[in-house]
Amino acid sequence: MFNTLQDLMLHNKSLTYVLMAVVLICFIGFWRFLTGREERNRRY
Amino acid sequence: MSTENTKNGSLFTPFNIVAGIILAAGIVVTIMRFTMGLGAVTNLSDNNPWGIWIGFDLLCGVALAAGGYTTSAACYIFGFKRFHAAVRPAILTAFLGYALVVFALNYDVGRPWRLPYPIFYQQGTTSILFEVGLCVFIYLTVLFLEYLPAALEWKGGLDKYRGILVKLTMGLTILGVILSTLHQSSLGALYLIVPSKLHPLWYTPYLPVMFFMSSMFAGLSMVVFEGTLSHKYFHHKMDEDYNANYLDLQFAFAKGAAWIMAGYLAMKLLGLSMDNRWHYLFTGYGAWWLFEVVGFVMLPCYCYAVGYRDRNIGLVRLAAPWTVVGIMLNRFDVSLIAFNWQLSSAERYFPSLGEIIISLFVVTVGVLVFRWIVTRMPIFYAHPAYKDSSH
Amino acid sequence: MKRRHFLGLMGAAGVSLTTAVTAKASSSADVAGMPNVGGVLFDASRCIGCRKCEAACNQVNDLPKPAKPFDDLTVLDATRRTDAKSYTVVNKYVPKPGENPVFRKIQCNHCMEPACASACFVKAFKKTETGAVVYDPSVCVGCRYCMVACPFNIPAYEYDKALSPRVMKCTLCYPRLLEGKLPGCVEACPKEALQFGKRRELLNIAWDRVTANPDKYVQHVYGEHEMGGTSWLSIAPKPSFAALGMDEGLGTTSAPELTSGALAAVPAVAGIWPVLLTGIYAISKRKDKIAEEEKKAAVEAAIAKASADAEAKLAEELTKAEVANKRRIEVEVKKALEAAAKDSEGGEDA
Repeated sequence: MFNTLQDLMLHNKSLTYVLMAVVLICFIGFWRFLTGREERNRRY
Repeated sequence: MSTENTKNGSLFTPFNIVAGIILAAGIVVTIMRFTMGLGAVTNLSDNNPWGIWIGFDLLCGVALAAGGYTTSAACYIFGFKRFHAAVRPAILTAFLGYALVVFALNYDVGRPWRLPYPIFYQQGTTSILFEVGLCVFIYLTVLFLEYLPAALEWKGGLDKYRGILVKLTMGLTILGVILSTLHQSSLGALYLIVPSKLHPLWYTPYLPVMFFMSSMFAGLSMVVFEGTLSHKYFHHKMDEDYNANYLDLQFAFAKGAAWIMAGYLAMKLLGLSMDNRWHYLFTGYGAWWLFEVVGFVMLPCYCYAVGYRDRNIGLVRLAAPWTVVGIMLNRFDVSLIAFNWQLSSAERYFPSLGEIIISLFVVTVGVLVFRWIVTRMPIFYAHPAYKDSSH
Repeated sequence: MKRRHFLGLMGAAGVSLTTAVTAKASSSADVAGMPNVGGVLFDASRCIGCRKCEAACNQVNDLPKPAKPFDDLTVLDATRRTDAKSYTVVNKYVPKPGENPVFRKIQCNHCMEPACASACFVKAFKKTETGAVVYDPSVCVGCRYCMVACPFNIPAYEYDKALSPRVMKCTLCYPRLLEGKLPGCVEACPKEALQFGKRRELLNIAWDRVTANPDKYVQHVYGEHEMGGTSWLSIAPKPSFAALGMDEGLGTTSAPELTSGALAAVPAVAGIWPVLLTGIYAISKRKDKIAEEEKKAAVEAAIAKASADAEAKLAEELTKAEVANKRRIEVEVKKALEAAAKDSEGGEDA
């Protein structure tokens, strides 16, 4: 429980900012996984 | 700083004399600012805590540096590869623009050495300003990395690092667009917290959207405008690839700017309707609002459109600085002119000489550094050794 | 003045326009509120403009002595606001010409959801259970966004300090509250125009007083709902709060709610943009690839056709021609091939 909306938002936003960074990094990893074989096929 | 004067070899060109005077005055005011405090050199007050160092240096600086993300997105994401030669000048302009924004902030905030606090020490994540600060900080780094290959080519012998950076181009471009979307819109969102202070014609929940949209055509217009100027003064530095696509780029950006401006105008109109602000149009502020929207968005938009249709490059080159002035007018309106509109005229803000000098000082530093770099590094031309590289 | 009540509602909508995120950042079900929060009730009809509260404030907060002493009431002739050297000021208003003046004390209203705290990017402001909104100068960068954000124009800045300027505002005498003492101004008031207590109880007292004297008071407790409510409550004699220079159009939306829409758009951009932009990139790359392949295929087909034609022609010629002509014909074939290749390339764009 939080006493003020301000405190609640501080908590939520702080966590969200961290997760945003994690999400962006995961996007890169998943894109590489998704397209990883494209390059190889092309070379064959 | 002596080799730039290509015309007659003298240091005392009119440009250099004016720049020298501004730099000298700027240094004097800088010393005053950091020995006697903000009160000694600014007209800031308790009612008007933000002056032109925010309204011009920050808001206009960031909006007009939007050419970096718009051009690199057009080239690398949207597939306009033939505009490749325009990316480097745009990235350099954006990088210098943001660097100067941060430089100018050191004058404005009370304790500049604490500027890293919100990011590294104690994060006030509910603040829109936190978001702006974080994005500007990361984006400045991104722009630096995007600019770095040019510096490495100039230095030579560091191909390994250059290669790594070039591989990152796509990721950096996308990250740049995300960060730009966020902080360009957030600069507008800064004012969402003051419905009682900002005039209703400018206060709208669409403020973030409008700041973002206007940053796009501000960026495109700056690229056209800056390209025209650079062509005049740095023509000897430009290679065939740059020159061949130069007109095409200006027309394409004119088309893009006109189209985005149409969307921006639509948002302005819909915003009035959404909040029922029609009656304010018939007041003094209404006339000023129409002056801004009709005179500095609608008309340059039309000018761009006609210029593009008729393949009239003169009109396009007229519309570009016109739009840039319009953007500055809009940022001034939101941050200064329509802000605190209910206060008596005695309580309103007008910039002091010291504030104007520092703003000119910052712009002058930017122009000089830009000149220094483009006369040395491969910005307007591809470095012979890296001509076929994709970057 | 016109009420701009819709502003508050609109602000909460934020930039949800393009992102379809929910307008409210969070449900208020997670917020307990501060049922026992402290506050002060100010009754403007009791204030006589003696400036004793100003003097007490100056003393307990160790603020610099003003140019004119506190018993000089001519100061009241000018309208003032709080500044770096005075956390509180009393102003004189004459609602109706010829009638008695009314006085109003100005200081931090200690919002329940402070705009300064919402705006601060280093968490320098905090709402405490005592009611006080306190400021921590040890982290303050001096961006002054709190001053921009405050709807009551309260925080002031030490513009004359070069190295260690602070934001200056009333602390509700937070250090004294912790010691169990009253705020300096409340203690000094000779007319009980100021009353310290639990906000909940003060609201009851205020409404009792206002409803018991409907002819005397404006039927409103200022600060009950303004900007989400404030710890400092005010009641005023008729005609209006606006006559005492108070903004009656602030609305009831708190500062965090005004920005929650825009804040909610931030993660949405981080989530959607990479997908969208990479998608556009992939599409434009794919289009390039297809165009490339089509071009290649078209060129090959054209060359194949040209060679077939040339071979047929050659066979025909050979049957008629003499061996001596053979060299000439070969040259012609070569020419035809080159021309065909050129044609097919040139015709590609059409």
